[in-house]
Amino acid sequence: MKDMVEIRWHGRGGQGAKTAALLLADVAFQTGKYVQGFPEYGPERMGAPITAYNRISPEQIRVHSNIYEPDYVVVVDESLLETVHVTEGLKKEGAVVVNTAKSKEEIQKHLQGYEGKLYTIDAKKVSMEALGRYFPNTPMLAAIVKISGVMDEDTFMREMESSFKHKFASKPEVIDGNMKALKMALQEVQ
Amino acid sequence: MGKRDRLSGNEAVAVAMRQINPDVMPAFPITPSTEIPQYFSSFVANGQVDTEFIPVESEHSAMSAAIGAEAAGARTLTATSSCGLALMWEELYVAASNRLPIALALVNRALSGPININCDHSDSMGARDAGWIQIYAENNQEAYDNFIQAYPIAENPDVRLPIMICQDGFITSHGVENIELMEDEQVRAFVGDYAPEHFLLNSKESMAVGPYATTHYYMEAKKQHAQAMVNAKQAVLDVAKEFEKVTGRSYGLFEAYRLEDADYAMVLIGSAAGTAKDAVDELRDKGVKAGLLKIRLFRPFPAQEIANALAHVKAMAIMDRAESLSSQGGPLGSEVMAALYRARSQALAVNYIYGLGGRDMRVEHAEEVFEQLRQIADAGEVTDAYRYLGLRE
Repeated sequence: MKDMVEIRWHGRGGQGAKTAALLLADVAFQTGKYVQGFPEYGPERMGAPITAYNRISPEQIRVHSNIYEPDYVVVVDESLLETVHVTEGLKKEGAVVVNTAKSKEEIQKHLQGYEGKLYTIDAKKVSMEALGRYFPNTPMLAAIVKISGVMDEDTFMREMESSFKHKFASKPEVIDGNMKALKMALQEVQ
Repeated sequence: MGKRDRLSGNEAVAVAMRQINPDVMPAFPITPSTEIPQYFSSFVANGQVDTEFIPVESEHSAMSAAIGAEAAGARTLTATSSCGLALMWEELYVAASNRLPIALALVNRALSGPININCDHSDSMGARDAGWIQIYAENNQEAYDNFIQAYPIAENPDVRLPIMICQDGFITSHGVENIELMEDEQVRAFVGDYAPEHFLLNSKESMAVGPYATTHYYMEAKKQHAQAMVNAKQAVLDVAKEFEKVTGRSYGLFEAYRLEDADYAMVLIGSAAGTAKDAVDELRDKGVKAGLLKIRLFRPFPAQEIANALAHVKAMAIMDRAESLSSQGGPLGSEVMAALYRARSQALAVNYIYGLGGRDMRVEHAEEVFEQLRQIADAGEVTDAYRYLGLRE
């Protein structure tokens, strides 16, 4: 389908890649799009590699398969680069974003010759600074929104704030930290 | 007016349950249907429903409690998957033969073994002869809409049968998609109050539920059960008509997609139909007359209508997401081929097994099937009528 954006998330169980995919579906829905956000389940356990997916489209989405030729790939845990072919099928007009403190040159070596764009962000640094704890999914969500351009940053920040207010109604103290993490991530991704 | 939202299939069904506000829900968790009782128990805790929630110790007990509650006169529902349904086996027959209109949210998952948590239809297909109505969904919207329609079908006095509302495990149950919800009041008005004619807690009428039936009575009871199943088809159509008046969303026994003038057709159940529709559109753009028939109602099986809708095609692929290990193909294959024979259809038909244990079906797979159908039609014969799709080599 034309104009449909397809995103694949690679993470490890417990890092919130599935939650991030569902949050992305959520904010994209708020902007009037048709969305899908879904995980691929294997024997799920803490630390095991997991995959999650997003489709975002101006038209109704009927396809219910996994995504094999994504426009974008998000790597929430860089240790996966050793074992998972994260750029498999990734369109070269697209991009991959990796959570890492390392340089692009170093990461590029692990991308099995991927010719498209590579972005990096140190989600650990962002998360520790903004939240005081390591939740990589919030920064990675902001990074992919910026890179893919599925919505403009102001809309994204506004919708995320209202989503956090709803989600964390019982613990409002974490809203500011999460908003800070998003804001920092939008600047840090390179 | 409906409300636009985005929900997973499990959440959508849980919302439908909240809106229906049943009397009793006994449940035992099992992947991938666990979220349904999980969401629902929070509705109970928050006082959004006044349902009696019974956290039982097994699925055997869940269906037993559902039978007791429904027989007492309470509108009852539960949810399960896979081995959970298998553990209900004995009770499924008891519920159906006692003509208790229980609603079961089934989230389809492969049966063991090998043990597997992902989608196929082996659980509900295994229960196809238990005497329950079975309705399947392509997406979250349909899972929700079908659940809203469940009680008006099941409680119809000409039917009075339990009903299984099925959706594909993980694919729709855990996938978040756009959905249009009805208003709570709309749902309550559509489903109405439950007023059973006979029930155990009626002090004015004493009755027995589930007594022994001697040889002298057993067959008559079965014949009446079979007649109720025949009657269910019209009830499904009538309820769908009323549902369309309220929501504008149209449902039937099945959905015929670009089938009217199709040369090649796929017959399938569930979420893969959406994927196959994309393949149909792509092939149509190339001038190939592809179409599909998506089964909604599997029990009772609308054989004649299906055969009529497929009568004109040159070749068809009947897609089974369950093995029956009969050496002849899958359950849908057998049913559709029998329907074609009764309708004296000469259409060439092949039966594929696909998607077992969550094996993904892609648009490319559907295109491959249509290419095979073209070859079958050109050859004018089917050489191998029982095939596997997407098998690793």
